[in-house]
Amino acid sequence: MVATLAPLQVTILALVAAGAPLVALSRDPVRMVVVNSFYNWALVILFVVFGAPDVALSMLVVGSVGYPLILLVAIARSRRRTQ
Amino acid sequence: MTRTVRIGLFSAAAVVLAILLCWTAVDLPDFGNYRGPYGGLLNHVAPAERHVTEVVTATVFDYRGFDTLGEELILFTAVAGVVLLLEQGERGERPEPSESIGSDAVRVLGALAVGAAVLVGLWLTAFGYVTPGGGFQGGVAIASGIVLLWVATSLRVWGPFGSDSILDPLEGVGAGGYIVIGLAALASGLPFLTNLFGPGRYGTLQSGGSIPFLNWAAALEVTAALLILFSKFLEEYVVPLAAGDER
Repeated sequence: MVATLAPLQVTILALVAAGAPLVALSRDPVRMVVVNSFYNWALVILFVVFGAPDVALSMLVVGSVGYPLILLVAIARSRRRTQ
Repeated sequence: MTRTVRIGLFSAAAVVLAILLCWTAVDLPDFGNYRGPYGGLLNHVAPAERHVTEVVTATVFDYRGFDTLGEELILFTAVAGVVLLLEQGERGERPEPSESIGSDAVRVLGALAVGAAVLVGLWLTAFGYVTPGGGFQGGVAIASGIVLLWVATSLRVWGPFGSDSILDPLEGVGAGGYIVIGLAALASGLPFLTNLFGPGRYGTLQSGGSIPFLNWAAALEVTAALLILFSKFLEEYVVPLAAGDER
């Protein structure tokens, strides 16, 4: 059986597609971390909407804890160097 | 490299990538038309054999338990690598970090979030084989809750939670516990990591046989590994930074 995309699924796909360039286009690193966490939320909702709650949970914890942490450490370090 | 050369390189690479992507997308199965037999098979077999309602966790900690052992050891090795890289000898007297947090809102919301995150993490782990969740996600949530202690209160409160002498044994017990559960099956004459116990009652915490034990071992390993990572980062980057701001 071939399913079709529900309107909710199309909406969230569009949001994710629009979000990725927004992350890439933010120039200030700290702002990029914040924009990226919103983008991460869109991805989490995407996985929920497509019926993969386990992947959504993994995305949630990796995207809201692990990844920003590494980014912020990297930013802190590069700032210390430039000062 | 001039701007023109870079744009030229990017355009060429983008065209090649677009062609490859389109080529791949043409052969994809239709939306919602999953062709692999394995998923459907497990959906049938796992609830009957193990009395679990969450087939993903049953796959992770039982049918593909050996792969998960590999993943756990990857995390273990990665953390060991980070610690080796960051701990380059004693760095003399550590500067006393600043204790003050300016915002009351951060303190109050942070303190509430600590309990909430740890509780959610424990719940995700405990019910990992009944509802979506599991030791990996739960472990990260518990660790992030404890990390929030540092955000909401002070380095002094966070201190004991980031201590090597507590975290290192915990991480070892988590990673080693997983292997010990696997070896227990060997000792009773079965293949490594065979599910040892009865399936229990369907859809309750007493189901899944060995799955709950492996699940909690993984949660312990992930929690300790992340806390070690965070405390190393904190010592190496954030504490010197905060001390620099003071001056």
